[in-house]
Amino acid sequence: MEIKQIKVTVNGEPRIIEVEPRLLCVHMIREVLGMTGTHLGCDTTSCGACTVLLDGVPVKSCTLFGIQTDGHEITTVEGLGRPSELHPVQEGFKEEHGLQCGFCTPGMMLTAAALLEDNPDPSDDDIRWAISGNLCRCTGYQNIINSVKWAARKMAAQRTAVSA
Amino acid sequence: MYPSRFHYEAPSSIDEALQLLSVYQGEAKVLSGGMSLIPLMKLRFASPSAIIDVNNIPGLDDLYEDGGQLRIGALVRNRTIIRSDVVRARYPLMASVAPQIADPLVRGRSTVVGSLCHCDPQGDWGAAMLALNAEVVAVSASGERRIPVADFLLGPFQTSLRPDELAIEARVPAPSGQPFGVYHKLERKIGDFATVGVAVFLDRSGSSVTGAGIGLTGVGGTNVKVSAAEEVLVRGGVNDDTIGEAARLAAEVAKPQTDQRGSAEYKLHLVRTFVTRALQTAIGREPIDIRQRRFEDVGALA
Amino acid sequence: MAVDELSVGGLGARVKRVEDDRLIRGKGNFTDDFKLPGMLHMEILRSPHAHARIVSVDTTKAWAIPGVHLVLTGELMAQRNLAWMPTLSYDTQAVMAMDKVRFQGQEVAAVVADDPYIAKDACEAIEVVYESLPAIVNPMQAKAPDAPLIRDDKDGQADNVCYTWEVGDKSMTDRVFERAENVVKLDCYYPRSHPSPIECCGCIADFNPATAKLTIYMTTQAPHIIRTAVALVAELPEHMIRIIAPDIGGGFGNKVPVYPGYVIATLASILVGRPVKWIEDKTGNLISTGFARDMYFHGELAIDRRGKIEGLRIHVDTDNGAFFSDAQPTKFKVGLMHSAFACYDIPYGHLTSQGHYTNKAPGGVAYRCSFRVTEAMFFQERLIAAAASDLGIDPAEFRRVNFVREFPWRTTYGMLLDSGDYDKCLTLALEKLGYEELRKEQAAARKEGRYIGIGISTMTEPLGAGNSREFDIIGIKMFDSAELRIHPSGKAVLKIGSKTQGQGHETTFAQIVAHELGIPSTDILVQHGDTDNTPFGMGTYASRSTPTAGAATSMASRKVRAKARKLAAHLLEVSEDDLEWELGRFYVRDAPQRGVTIQDCALAAYTNMPDGLEPGLENNAYYDPPNMTWPFAAYLAAVEIDPETGVWEVLRFVAVDDCGVRINPMIVEGQIMGGLAEAFAMSNMQFITFDSSGNCIGANYMDYLIPTAWETPKWELHEVVTPCPHHPIGAKGVGECATVGGPAAFVNAVMDAVSHLGVRNIDMPVFSGRVWEAITQQHDVSGFPPLAGH
Repeated sequence: MEIKQIKVTVNGEPRIIEVEPRLLCVHMIREVLGMTGTHLGCDTTSCGACTVLLDGVPVKSCTLFGIQTDGHEITTVEGLGRPSELHPVQEGFKEEHGLQCGFCTPGMMLTAAALLEDNPDPSDDDIRWAISGNLCRCTGYQNIINSVKWAARKMAAQRTAVSA
Repeated sequence: MYPSRFHYEAPSSIDEALQLLSVYQGEAKVLSGGMSLIPLMKLRFASPSAIIDVNNIPGLDDLYEDGGQLRIGALVRNRTIIRSDVVRARYPLMASVAPQIADPLVRGRSTVVGSLCHCDPQGDWGAAMLALNAEVVAVSASGERRIPVADFLLGPFQTSLRPDELAIEARVPAPSGQPFGVYHKLERKIGDFATVGVAVFLDRSGSSVTGAGIGLTGVGGTNVKVSAAEEVLVRGGVNDDTIGEAARLAAEVAKPQTDQRGSAEYKLHLVRTFVTRALQTAIGREPIDIRQRRFEDVGALA
Repeated sequence: MAVDELSVGGLGARVKRVEDDRLIRGKGNFTDDFKLPGMLHMEILRSPHAHARIVSVDTTKAWAIPGVHLVLTGELMAQRNLAWMPTLSYDTQAVMAMDKVRFQGQEVAAVVADDPYIAKDACEAIEVVYESLPAIVNPMQAKAPDAPLIRDDKDGQADNVCYTWEVGDKSMTDRVFERAENVVKLDCYYPRSHPSPIECCGCIADFNPATAKLTIYMTTQAPHIIRTAVALVAELPEHMIRIIAPDIGGGFGNKVPVYPGYVIATLASILVGRPVKWIEDKTGNLISTGFARDMYFHGELAIDRRGKIEGLRIHVDTDNGAFFSDAQPTKFKVGLMHSAFACYDIPYGHLTSQGHYTNKAPGGVAYRCSFRVTEAMFFQERLIAAAASDLGIDPAEFRRVNFVREFPWRTTYGMLLDSGDYDKCLTLALEKLGYEELRKEQAAARKEGRYIGIGISTMTEPLGAGNSREFDIIGIKMFDSAELRIHPSGKAVLKIGSKTQGQGHETTFAQIVAHELGIPSTDILVQHGDTDNTPFGMGTYASRSTPTAGAATSMASRKVRAKARKLAAHLLEVSEDDLEWELGRFYVRDAPQRGVTIQDCALAAYTNMPDGLEPGLENNAYYDPPNMTWPFAAYLAAVEIDPETGVWEVLRFVAVDDCGVRINPMIVEGQIMGGLAEAFAMSNMQFITFDSSGNCIGANYMDYLIPTAWETPKWELHEVVTPCPHHPIGAKGVGECATVGGPAAFVNAVMDAVSHLGVRNIDMPVFSGRVWEAITQQHDVSGFPPLAGH
């Protein structure tokens, strides 16, 4: 069995990890790094519950080998905001009831956070488009849209406050 | 869910990659985007003994116009195509295809060249590249080959790439006049494969058509090029008669199967309908469009 | 002074969810998140064939793989009497196939290894030789005279029928139909669907050989029933079994049954003496676990010249798969199918049903169905729409003429409605949609060759199973429970017998206590899911929690309040009769400024008890609901069809729901929107089908289509409130209403758009190809397996 050592920055922290090449990135995150906020929901790269940010770009971590992250940066839900200070997207999901069972939520929030970096003032349709790779069975999506818009408004207010 | 074991190689140059390809003698698969290969490996429909990951090779992710061609490196992601000003301005067919592939997360990794090499009959880029008369550039120890896409896509998951060759680029001829292009894809939801896909390209100078291309998805063993219709449009321009003829010719070469996405009859009808609608749009008529949400109106960045 | 109901998070308060704090941080505890010391991993080998004899199973190569600890086959299971297990419908189900496999995806072997990758490698190394048999994929094939016998394991089973059931008055109904002015008939099919929560099923079975205690972490909506079932099946003492249902990533009825995987993992843990984790993959989930629907309907209405319905005839055939394993009340073989047409005043009706074994996964009752009420209401509204269309009566008016208006009311099939105002609900919905204007727009559009359609779906449905006279599952009555303890500081802990999978019980049940006692809901910790520290409950499904466990919570709180009154009297030195209660406080009637808070009473319970009164402030309640609750709704869909492609898009969707008193409106609205998304999914794209060899199409997310945010329509929600007359806080169930009533609204809208072509029915999912066929051929389109051309 081939084991390789890789260097990955995980939520801002450099880590040295040993992986077998076939170990999927999602399993590397959950089992080797012990971070279970990233979830597994399907076996055909369809649901997006496993979404993480790879160098800031949202990707499905179930369709990436852990070894491919060597030299790169991963952000998981645990790295979205800090325990004491939530990311506005996390706050927005709570404020606007954007989650019910919570299983799709980490992936959904990371995709939303990446969207807001690119597009700070998305329309409803912009949001629906951006999250069309993340499936949710509980919410019917409408409150997720509202959650992302709540976050956008908060981030805009924060930017105004900073520049004031 | 769990792929079989494989040897993992991560070459840092094209030469290294080529050496590895010859060492593994066809037992290795090249990994670029991975959005088609890795799902197959997870279901164990593919169990290559080695993976050659080309994502670390510099210089393969360039997208630029040069020498009368758009040059698309092997690692150019669909996300990059969507964000590209030059594609938006001068390659409208590509700008129409890219957002309709899979979903935004998959588009962040998947590549144009990878899609052509994977050669899924349901692949969207094959239809577009056939319509655009593109070519694939393949290198090996014995040199470089430039393969027209029509000669590259042979059958389901079969290309004319040799086991010792690496595809490093796709090249699309630059438009000489006013380019028109649109991809009509009927998918039951975002992320589904096309029930039917029709790619239409026109290069025009005034009302005369200097170049035309029609490519189809999901209606044959591989993407289908409707060369006969292309000739009709170049000869006769775009009008009611040529539109009808083009639609008829497209349905003639399409060979769809009845499956859970629909009957063969329905798919042929869609081929005719989409060819017609695309060409109607080209001459300023607005075909029926009942969509409540249009991806063209979204500030799509992925 | 009284505390304010909304400020303490009582009824009607849009309290933000307590659950969210951990879930938004990725700190939820889902079954797959737990790691126990020494834990091993299990993978299951599934049959590629739908119907085949097992000739041989060779596990030699699997055992030889390093890291493999155990390989189980049907034979080894049989040696321990575990190859078969009883189902919740008094049938038997294979835990692991022995003589033959009866559906594609059935469990054939299992491997326990150091990690799931190795377990999968070992599964691939198991060599099974099969001998194919013809496969049955629908009830018509099952009934054919030359059909192979699927359940040749059952003594005395000579055919593929698994139940028959009937209700109603046949002779009176026949008489009504004989003299009827109009008879309208409709045949349609409700396709096989699957609840498919994003999180798959799984468990960690941990048998501790030192203590003989079995602990199972499990994705289950009903931990106590599971504990009892495991005790029976595994023959272990019930008090030495602990089921822990942690955070669950969606249930929708998929996580109620006892699946073979749980039983195999439990045996594996007992054999290896270590925890064994089994988490299925999505394919395993879709191909083998409890599916939903798959019902064939024939319905008839006898209608007089004024449009008044006089008689109702229904026959349904259900496809139950290879084993009859439905989780539904024992008395009702086809669930609450007889709730069909409950909101309509129909004097006579007769319903017959028959269930069939086929070579498909077992199930039928699942997926937000309220025990097959989804089927009942879908067929109801499809037949109502067909009747209105055939007779040329406006569909809203036709419903109005026939709505039940007086309560209480005994329905056609004998259920008791206690309250409702269906006309008010429909009228509000029509107003919000702008029905009249939309009809005009539709007429104008038709002249231009555009196809716009409006679909209506109205219904009342029974939720909150259920009263002990009529409802039980394997003999256990369907009550539910709550235990409330107030701490000295006035904070509290509430333990309930239900188990949320996203419905927000940790928030809403605290709100019930806040309403009864005035303790802020944020001061109340809600515990659920662990059978070692919660009272016995029947779990959460069929929208029963608020009606049963919610009522129990209310009753337990009132018992606590009754004891608090004694403490208050003692503190205020008056008699109990001199006291009044207002939210959060007892006060002296004649001197209202003299009072004590509930928190004062709580402290006194531990520090200052009156003579003869036990210390402590706690109580429990087991609630046997006197009747079902009857929420009702009107759903309206407006669609446009592209006549050239058959694609249809939703222009508007208006939902008016009455679920009685809403504990947390934010959560109720979330439930409705989620249910509507599933209704849309089933009407538009989502189904499981089979080819003629029994191959399952729809066993992964490329074939089983779940809408994304892009396809899912926008929802316009409104409400009507008719409190439930018998529920302690006037609440009703609601979680499933939208899934029950929604699909017909979409389908009726599409049918309305093409009705002028003489098309009366297109089976769900209403794919664009089917619409195109209906428009161009001007005929009905059905869609049951096997898949055409395969």
